[in-house]
Amino acid sequence: MSEGLVILLVIFVLAMFVGFEVITKVPSTLHTPLMSGSNAISGITIIGSMVVAGMGATTLATVFGVIAVAFAMINVVGGYAVTDRMLQMFKRKPEAER
Amino acid sequence: MADFIELAYLVAAVLFIVGLKRLASPATARNGNFLSAVGMLIAIVATLFDRQIVSFQWIVVGGMIGSALGLWMARAVKMTAMPQMVGILNGFGGGASQLVAAAVWHRLSQTGVLLPTDTAVSIYASTLIGGVTFSGSMIAAGKLQEIIPGRPVLFRFQHLLNLILLVAGAGMGAFLLISPGHPGLFIAMNVMALVLGVMLVIPIGGADMPVVICLLNSYSGLAAATTGFVIANHGLIISGALVGASGIILTQIMCRAMNRSFANVLFGGFGAQVGVAGDHRGLAARGIRETTAEDAALMLGYARSLIVAPGYGLAVAQAQHQVRNLADLLEKRGVTVKYAIHPVAGRMPGHMNVLLAEANVPYTQLYDLDDINPEFERTDVVLVVGANDVVNPAARNSPNSPIYGMPILDVDKARNVIVLKRSMNPGFAGIENELFYNEKTFMLFGDAKKSLTALASEVKEL
Repeated sequence: MSEGLVILLVIFVLAMFVGFEVITKVPSTLHTPLMSGSNAISGITIIGSMVVAGMGATTLATVFGVIAVAFAMINVVGGYAVTDRMLQMFKRKPEAER
Repeated sequence: MADFIELAYLVAAVLFIVGLKRLASPATARNGNFLSAVGMLIAIVATLFDRQIVSFQWIVVGGMIGSALGLWMARAVKMTAMPQMVGILNGFGGGASQLVAAAVWHRLSQTGVLLPTDTAVSIYASTLIGGVTFSGSMIAAGKLQEIIPGRPVLFRFQHLLNLILLVAGAGMGAFLLISPGHPGLFIAMNVMALVLGVMLVIPIGGADMPVVICLLNSYSGLAAATTGFVIANHGLIISGALVGASGIILTQIMCRAMNRSFANVLFGGFGAQVGVAGDHRGLAARGIRETTAEDAALMLGYARSLIVAPGYGLAVAQAQHQVRNLADLLEKRGVTVKYAIHPVAGRMPGHMNVLLAEANVPYTQLYDLDDINPEFERTDVVLVVGANDVVNPAARNSPNSPIYGMPILDVDKARNVIVLKRSMNPGFAGIENELFYNEKTFMLFGDAKKSLTALASEVKEL
């Protein structure tokens, strides 16, 4: 196992712990927006997708890359937009009837 | 430049973490989501400066298509359909990871250079996790949308077959490590991952989908993290780990709320079993007390405190607005109104809260199980709308009951209980509910929406 992989594993494990600490503090009221919002974060795969779509290696790799960019972007834009749509409904006091 | 890009990813990761931290309160949550989105934008812009990228046109094409579809989905989706939406998004995340792995593999196999072992292992892990997430999520979303039958699909040797698929997939990866090349084998491995995703989700019943969606949420994070290992990118690994952790926590919460072990949900085929019959005759002999909207409105109108216990039946009847309307009228009469939300009241964690928030119920009135249970003793009236198993005292009292041990809302401890229900048919699991035969319980039969409207107009008359 190379040194590079070890460092990546260290980062992964520590980030998991940070995740546990932060997420346990999210109240159950917000668990649905938490899921859609964290979903948007997992759209970070967009980074890898962009690189393979743009490096112009082989045609097949580019095709895969473009589809991956589209998929990841659905995840990112859809995730953040729908989370925002939900969160704006959570209000302390009811507003006057629309 | 490479350092600058790495630093930008670090900033993005920090913004993701701060964004998640701000989800700790509904007051700061929207801002947190915005910060998280800014982090994503920074990461995307920084990647455009990556020296490996030689042409942008395809990135723009894919990005535009994805953004348009994502925005359309986010705008169009109904709040009741949120579990499917999250399921589909999970799936696309997993699919992207699988595709990136395939693209990297194809490029490296063309160069004729031997794949470094750690890159190869990462590619195969990304392929398996990404593929399972993609196909599994699509099946889960299909079940929730009822395009695919929600009942568990079970057959003999199912678990054995799944094990064989998993071992075969991993075995192919191992073989490709020793003997590189073989595009056919790599394709077979991709197909196997997709088949495995389908096979893992079809035996799970519709009622267990909340757990599955949480689990797939976790997988989508892990898939992103494995992509990070493939391209040695710290930002991806950190973000993927955060999402992975989130999914694991939510899966645990859901399992605890349903009183089921994780293994039981995954392999049990729950919902296929016929509910344990139990002794209904003793209960039925005690009889039930039926009430009218008029009498129930009287009880509500002169109560000091009311707790509403909503279940998924409320959402099915689309009666959230009628509940809020009734609660408003009662509050004007000086009744304190609270809502008791069981973790599995909706079809995914927190789903009921979103549905009530959509109906303009202030979040300060929404209480979770642990906060509301001590309150029932001091409460005049509980209004149960479309909830069944989550208010069944059998979970506390009857060791023989299939739901024994499941955490429930202790509504039977309140002074009076009004249950809105369509008929006396036992619920999905076929378990008789002791609450309905309690001497403090009054049953108001009929469609929840109509009953609530009738109650509201009777309260107005008082």
